Amino acid sequence: MTLGLFTLILFCGAILAGFLGSLTGLGGGFVIIPLLTLAFGVDLRYAIGASLVTSIASSSGAAAAYLKEGITNIRIGMFLEIATTTGAVVGALVAIYLNNGFIAVLFGCVLIFSSLRTIFYKKTEADPNEKGDPLGEKLHLNSSYITREGEVVRYKVQHVLGGYSLMTLAGVLSGILGIGSGALKVLAMDTAMKIPFKVSTTTSNFMVGVTTAASAVIYLQRGYIDPGLAMPIVTGVLLGAFLGSKILPKANVRNLRLLFSVVIFIVAITMMYNGLSGKL
Amino acid sequence: MKRIFTKEFWMERDVELLIGKLLRYGVVLSCCITGVGAIFYLYQHHGVTADYSSTPAGEPFPGVDAYLRELPCILPHVLEGDGAAIIQLGVIVLIATPVIRVAFSALAFFIERDYLYVFITLLVLAIILSNIFFGLH
Repeated sequence: MTLGLFTLILFCGAILAGFLGSLTGLGGGFVIIPLLTLAFGVDLRYAIGASLVTSIASSSGAAAAYLKEGITNIRIGMFLEIATTTGAVVGALVAIYLNNGFIAVLFGCVLIFSSLRTIFYKKTEADPNEKGDPLGEKLHLNSSYITREGEVVRYKVQHVLGGYSLMTLAGVLSGILGIGSGALKVLAMDTAMKIPFKVSTTTSNFMVGVTTAASAVIYLQRGYIDPGLAMPIVTGVLLGAFLGSKILPKANVRNLRLLFSVVIFIVAITMMYNGLSGKL
Repeated sequence: MKRIFTKEFWMERDVELLIGKLLRYGVVLSCCITGVGAIFYLYQHHGVTADYSSTPAGEPFPGVDAYLRELPCILPHVLEGDGAAIIQLGVIVLIATPVIRVAFSALAFFIERDYLYVFITLLVLAIILSNIFFGLH
């Protein structure tokens, strides 16, 4: 395939990735890695490099919009970033010793987990009467936000250490796979720390950029980030994410999420099959 | 601009808006640099066949050309108008955006006199920076 045509197709794919990533909240890496490896036969390591770039672009683009609404809890984000950046550095180091087949199977597992979680997802609501974790008190993690209706919602953070450990795992996975692992981050904040849904999704998105930047540096120096792939992807993902954020308030995201989860499930099985049969 | 050094400015959440703007500028700048690089790149590699096929197991991964891996080697090639180098510069701006954002947060916490969070934020920054300089490549 000539470079011009390849770039054009990749650009369209990246627009779709950015669009679906911002509408479903799963991030663009879920589309970019299977698209490059399964459809174009690109080496998994180049795909990981491209996916890191995708994650940073979509996270920074969306974070700018979220900060305006003032729901992101910067203290929770910053505290947990100690865990995710440490994890990302460890993950990027460990990745040297892993072969493509193993990484593909691991990626498939994370995809399946994320798609199941999207299907069976229950929003966590704040319970102001519950006693918070004393450590959360010490770290000033408890806070409040104002809803669109002007109501003030206070929340207290639970199980700080449990959430911190899960975040380290999320960081390791994002260092190995080059994805934002937003689903794991939201799991740590929702299920373990009982942070309300609105705060956890925006804070998770805010953290993805910093986490992936930590491992992207290593991958750049190792030569995984290829300019020929990065070029259509950076511009395409940003354009797609922008379109997605324009449509998001009007769209019925629930059905789209379900459809996307099913597609991702099938993609995950294919990735694992190809990884095990040594085709990647 | 004078207002930027007053405590009120940082307390009133204006700082978060400033950080939001910073993120957007970083992303837009990166997108522009990459777009310019794309024009050069496509012109310079006109008619070339795209080949990113995977290396067989056991053989070392070649990766991109060595001059495209570190900022000090990339910059001279950017001045020569090398498309690939210009794109990599755009990617570096993109990677740097969230890192600079962390540095800004440290400053914001310092002006708020929240020294615990100045420490936490600088720790995050130190992990990322040590990774740049001492990381295993």
